[in-house]
Amino acid sequence: MRRIDLFLGFFKMGALGFGGTGPIMRAVIVDDCRWLDDAEFAGLLGLCQALPGANTCNFAVILGDRFCGAGGAAMALLGLLLAPLAILVTLASFFAVFAANADVRAALFGASAAGAGLAIGTALKMARNIPRDPVLIVLSGAAFAAAALLRLPLPAIIAVLAPAGFLLVGARR
Amino acid sequence: MKDDLLVQIFLRFAGISLLAVGGAVATLPEAERQIVSQLHWLTPEQFAQTFAIAQTSPGPNVIVYSLFGWKLAGLAGLIAATLGVLGPSSLLAFGVARVMRRAGEAAWLARLKQGLTPLAIGLMAASGYLLARAADSGIFAILVTVASSAFVAFSSRSPLWAMAAGAALSVIAGRAGWL
Repeated sequence: MRRIDLFLGFFKMGALGFGGTGPIMRAVIVDDCRWLDDAEFAGLLGLCQALPGANTCNFAVILGDRFCGAGGAAMALLGLLLAPLAILVTLASFFAVFAANADVRAALFGASAAGAGLAIGTALKMARNIPRDPVLIVLSGAAFAAAALLRLPLPAIIAVLAPAGFLLVGARR
Repeated sequence: MKDDLLVQIFLRFAGISLLAVGGAVATLPEAERQIVSQLHWLTPEQFAQTFAIAQTSPGPNVIVYSLFGWKLAGLAGLIAATLGVLGPSSLLAFGVARVMRRAGEAAWLARLKQGLTPLAIGLMAASGYLLARAADSGIFAILVTVASSAFVAFSSRSPLWAMAAGAALSVIAGRAGWL
């Protein structure tokens, strides 16, 4: 693995990650590049979610460092951010023009509806591709219910479910 | 004076960086309190519009902070803001991962990662659910969301096909007057 591969992989995730980077991240890292399998990906993503900061950025730092050291971490993070920042600045400069176009508004509406589906579908796919474990399914459901239905604060969810996962999921193996 | 502002942006956003447990969106109430109410750097309308623009861009949500920096001080502001909001959290992630790697194949580490898996799955599904609720509850939006989630879950093709199809169908639906 070279630093340029890391840069290009994360550049793709940044440039194509509309509506949240999680789904495209899994597609690039697990399906395209085969850097990790689904179990490794989900474990590392869980760690990135438990740590403060943006999940994807933490992921870039940790994976970049694992494959290519500190320089790899920097290259992965730079690759991840370069395209979104350029697009963002362009969007901000011409936002009035874009927002006035009905087709653009409709496309954004459709893309955000599809983006919501991507996140749900990716969660289902991860659940299907890792070893079956009833405890894992119950805890995943609890995380979903706590965040989506009960709207509990994330630090509280992590404080309860991370130790619960450590004790229950791991203990079965 | 301008350098002062850059340092201010960097320090303020660095302070917010470690608060972002579970993603950048969770920190926006705190950012709003500081940027709008306390410092008067942006009006409430500018703050909301900046967030809306950032939502339409690809990439991690945290880049909304980069756009705040851009609004306040141009390119230098964007760089100061990005380094500020990502610096502390990235260094922490870097350090934690190194410590964990030194532990190597320790059994507790494998258990920890396995134990965090439900968080990854449940929170990803929850963010999809919340995004769907925030977007719209119209029947067209629900159909697009359900179809794209089925596509991603059961096909090995890139999820971007679902995204592109959703955007294209919406343009057609918009032109036909169904939206």
